[in-house]
Amino acid sequence: MRGYVWSVNGPVVIAGGLSTSPVGNQVSVGRAGLVGEIVGIRGDKAVIQVYEDTTGISPGDEIEDKGYPLSVELGPGLLGNIFDGIQRPLKDIRQACGIFVENGVQTQSLSRERMWAFTPQVREGDVVGPGHIIGEVEETSLIKHRILLPPDIKGKVLWVASEGKYRLEDIVVKIDLGSKEIALPMYHRWPVRKKRPVLKRLRPNVPLITGQRVIDFLFPVAVGGVAAIPGGFGTGKTITQHQLAKWASADIIIYIGCGERGNEITQVLEEFPELQDPRTGRPLIERTIIIANTSNMPVAAREASVYTGITMAEYFRDQGYSVALMADSTSRWAEALREIAGRLEMMPAEEGYPAYLASRLGEFYERAGYAEALSGKRGSITVIGAVSPPGGDFSEPVTMHTKRFVRTFWALDKRLAGQRHFPSINWIDSYSGYVDDLTDWWRENVKGADWGQLRTRIMALLQEADRLERVAQLIGVDALPDSQRLVIEIARLVRFGFLQQNAYSSDSFSSPEKGLKIIDLILFFYDSAKELLDVGIHVLTIIEMEEFAQIMRLKEEISNDKLEEFDRFRERLDEAFREIGAKYGVNI
Amino acid sequence: MELIFEGVKESSRFKELRGAIAVLEPINGVFYGEMVEFDIGDGSRRLGRVLEAGREAIIVQVFEGTAGISTSKAKAKFLGQPFKLGVSEEMLGRVFNGTGKPIDDYPLPTIDKEVDINGLAINPMSRDYPRDIIQTGISAIDAMNTLVRGQKLPIFSGSGLPHNEIVAQIIKQASVSGKAEKFAIVFAAMGIRFDEALFFRDVLENTANMDKVTMFLNLADDPPEERIITPRCALTLAEYLAFEKGRHVLVIIGDMTNYCESLRELSAARDEVPSRKGYPGYMYTDLASLYERCGRVKDREGSVTLIPFLTMPNMDISHPIPDLTGYITEGQIVLSRALYQKGIYPPIDLPPSLSRLMKDAIGKGRTREDHPNVANQLYASYAEVQWIRSLADIVGEEELSERDKKFLEFGEKFEKRFLSQGYDENRSLEQTLNIAWEVLSILPENQLHRLTKEQIEKYYNRD
Repeated sequence: MRGYVWSVNGPVVIAGGLSTSPVGNQVSVGRAGLVGEIVGIRGDKAVIQVYEDTTGISPGDEIEDKGYPLSVELGPGLLGNIFDGIQRPLKDIRQACGIFVENGVQTQSLSRERMWAFTPQVREGDVVGPGHIIGEVEETSLIKHRILLPPDIKGKVLWVASEGKYRLEDIVVKIDLGSKEIALPMYHRWPVRKKRPVLKRLRPNVPLITGQRVIDFLFPVAVGGVAAIPGGFGTGKTITQHQLAKWASADIIIYIGCGERGNEITQVLEEFPELQDPRTGRPLIERTIIIANTSNMPVAAREASVYTGITMAEYFRDQGYSVALMADSTSRWAEALREIAGRLEMMPAEEGYPAYLASRLGEFYERAGYAEALSGKRGSITVIGAVSPPGGDFSEPVTMHTKRFVRTFWALDKRLAGQRHFPSINWIDSYSGYVDDLTDWWRENVKGADWGQLRTRIMALLQEADRLERVAQLIGVDALPDSQRLVIEIARLVRFGFLQQNAYSSDSFSSPEKGLKIIDLILFFYDSAKELLDVGIHVLTIIEMEEFAQIMRLKEEISNDKLEEFDRFRERLDEAFREIGAKYGVNI
Repeated sequence: MELIFEGVKESSRFKELRGAIAVLEPINGVFYGEMVEFDIGDGSRRLGRVLEAGREAIIVQVFEGTAGISTSKAKAKFLGQPFKLGVSEEMLGRVFNGTGKPIDDYPLPTIDKEVDINGLAINPMSRDYPRDIIQTGISAIDAMNTLVRGQKLPIFSGSGLPHNEIVAQIIKQASVSGKAEKFAIVFAAMGIRFDEALFFRDVLENTANMDKVTMFLNLADDPPEERIITPRCALTLAEYLAFEKGRHVLVIIGDMTNYCESLRELSAARDEVPSRKGYPGYMYTDLASLYERCGRVKDREGSVTLIPFLTMPNMDISHPIPDLTGYITEGQIVLSRALYQKGIYPPIDLPPSLSRLMKDAIGKGRTREDHPNVANQLYASYAEVQWIRSLADIVGEEELSERDKKFLEFGEKFEKRFLSQGYDENRSLEQTLNIAWEVLSILPENQLHRLTKEQIEKYYNRD
């Protein structure tokens, strides 16, 4: 169907002649062929949001209804790629127009030329259902891409391609639907705003190991869970997101740079091919998809980028993979909603955001989860959304609504960031709703101490120290009894020696075993020190021990593969305590 | 893709005039973003831009406001192209007004090409990650918040604080290092006072080479609507000089607060739904369309480094203007009134200050191997000082432990010796780091957790 431009105001175009087109359909606007989407119908006019700069669009320009909703192509060639908000590969855009992203560039989302080695997984005559695995393609050395039947097809296999090399558009299977037969290539399209169906949703009970001690030990997120990471600027949201993208124990990482800095995307692009996955030793880029819509790219595409990313995540979940999706930042997405709503002259709710903000956020986070896919395999999507509250104020609408939909909340703290305590996750305001579900996993999979119990002890210690420090600020540290001063000092040890973790050093990834060793050592120090205090030894004697300062450096000095050094240190520490005891004539 | 435009169209059928907005009857061929020239009827002309092109009306933003325009005499000429700026290397050494007209009594410069001032987004795939530092000779910046070529690093100031001096000092000291012949400075003033403009003109003329500086001046009494155009002109020229002529361009724009006020004024005039404090909901996107234009790109020589400065209303860093700026820029330099009143220049408040790009630009093989840890240690120790100071306020200094007293001593020395420096004092990085060790050596060795044993061995002063 064809229509024409009635009026244009920024990313919003009002169109005549398209009033019978379905809402959600993709359109092409003007001679430049700008990509847009019908977002509403008003009387005899259609309201279109355009994903590119509309400068140059004039009333009367032609609009073409593409006849299908805004969709992404799902098939081999996604991994290791970097797309803009509407799945155009930035590499191809660069080839087409150089340094800048120009308007109306036409590219294919997935390469049509590349050959893929296809191995069939079904035989002629097999009855196949929605989401069934047809065949496999080794997309990267890490990931076998499973070619899925689209979720709305079921029938009998009439023919399947034999093992060999094929292009994306080559037909690999023919299905008898009963009424007719269809031939399918290696990819299919899926509308981004519609969630892909699963057989059954399951309860998440395995932790996402991130290598970040404060997360893994204090505020864990489950595989298939949802977490939010709010923080004002400079509190380290993006670095934390990068750390998770690098080290999280997921098969596939989807990183959505939504309205953020260009240089940060470039940093990911430079770093990921060089960094190795700690579990497989392969370059991280082989398991990563990046969606980049920097803050100066068109605002409507920013709105779409989040859906583009989560749809890809669902597709890999349906293949039986665990996917971790990072959205940095969901606030920019919410602002894009606000900006477009404003241009559509919708009635604003809080702070100018549209009233549907909460339901959109809810819809998005609910697409995460651990599930049995239609293919029968189990897969998951863990969503980690960064939130950028204005002025670092967590009572603003996006943070408030996000809190309703996430179970783990990592509150970043400006004060900690000012002290260069990173990750600046505040241990008082943060929480995790997954703790009880994950305790069993730790007990069964990580040898050593009891994770749940340790966690409770550290949390109690930190809370206690926090309270005491407030008291100390009023009456002076010296006025506190020794046992309470010890609590403050041990909490310092926990903060500097355990929670603080430098993203740019060898401590960047800390295995669960290493974390356990450190915290175990600190608690051992605490228990031994308490014994000394009990027999009347002064707290200063203890905190002036050389080993006290040394513990803070152990995280940097001992790597993940040399954990036995912790045991040696522990022996030395034990020795040191005995010596002090002996000096004061007590045996401990 | 090249757009094909319909050519010039004229109309005098005004429907409405209010503030900076003119509404006209629809005309065929008018497009969104088209530049408009108003002939007012008394011989003078004003510029404008199409904000909404529709079949029922055309809404135009008039850069100098609609005051004096009469519906019977005025004529609007739609120029058939978006707002473009003619650019060339000849523009260096010249002074322009806020929309790019020369105001220095010299003839119009020869133009190499005309460029849409809105620019295009740099493809993240084409970007080169910035890694070369720009030495400013200011310790608090070089050691603690290193400026990197291709970075956007704003200065958050307040009224009465010496941001002009700091900017001037950076201009003077940064321009002399490196390959001077490939250097250029583009300065865009938005709504600043006449004497401030004179100050900058003086500084620029006396610095090494005035012929490498271009100024775009929109002063406090110039039309506020023009302010939307001014930084875009500056950045358009900067992109041309950097990416086509291979120069390292330092762009200084400010005061961003004045710019945002204009944005709000315009938004209100268009009856838009306001968000925080009446600023438009798209202010983030709008600011990003300026700030994100800086950077380095692959296979090109030059770079665009951006230092925007702004005065925080009531020194409130959570005010929308500094807040949105901080979310886009790669760090911020925050000034403190308390430090300034203590007589410390430059009064750079370290805890909230940050340079996001410094980590990859400093250290072994780039600056000095101890630089990252020294910076971290200074931050951490200075944060401890703040805490102890607040404690001392309550319990009194005498009640503090020996360790805490050492920290107070460190804090004093750090502010007086390290932070403070003269307006003309240009410190090398080596000097800066040595001063850092001098003050760190006040603290007991076992309080320096961020430094390695080897670094303490090498630099710690035990005397």
